[in-house]
Amino acid sequence: MIEDLQHWTVAILLLIGALFIFISGVGIVRLPDFYTRLHAATKASSFGSGLILLAVALHFVDAWTAIKCVLIILFVFLTAPVGAHMLGRAAYFLRIPMWQGTLVDELKGQYDLERHTLSSDSGQDADPETAKPDQP
Amino acid sequence: MDPSASFPVVMATYVAFAFIVAAYLCCFWRLVRGPTLPDRVVALDLIAIYTLAVCAAYTLLTGDPVFLDVALVLALTAFLSTVALALYLQRRMDKS
Repeated sequence: MIEDLQHWTVAILLLIGALFIFISGVGIVRLPDFYTRLHAATKASSFGSGLILLAVALHFVDAWTAIKCVLIILFVFLTAPVGAHMLGRAAYFLRIPMWQGTLVDELKGQYDLERHTLSSDSGQDADPETAKPDQP
Repeated sequence: MDPSASFPVVMATYVAFAFIVAAYLCCFWRLVRGPTLPDRVVALDLIAIYTLAVCAAYTLLTGDPVFLDVALVLALTAFLSTVALALYLQRRMDKS
């Protein structure tokens, strides 16, 4: 009885994880520009692989395997945002174009791409419609 | 193949493999098509995470958790390669 419960829990976790991984694959094809594709690729895939590793840890009732799974989950959840941030930063520096429906680009006109410095004088060279949408 | 593996786990593993293979195909399409270089880097990173998930799910079929070590090393190298490629992109921008 309790083994049946364990097996079905493992199966359901595995299926949900695979579904999230499939969603990330759909997102990387269907989304319109680089930044939204980065959003789809990072979050959905790390959550899906985390669920699959959780299913593995539940399947083997073994402390060492569970420790390894938790280690991999922690590592993926720590490194995926760091890698995505570095990629997005490099892409912004390379002036990868955004989708034309993008509403907010807070760095537009505020960031010096040659010297890598950020200026905070709002309103001078920033486009008021795109940079500050909530202030009149 | 583990003879003691239960029916729902084996079936769920095969269905999960089907989903992950579909995601692989989407990712390869983006890798070939991708209009810019960062798109291709994201696709490569994603392929590494999919391979990690396949390694983890394959331990359920064999009943031997040794593939988790492969997954651990794959997570390490995937992060290193992503960081290296991102730094390369930024360095290239700074030179030009």
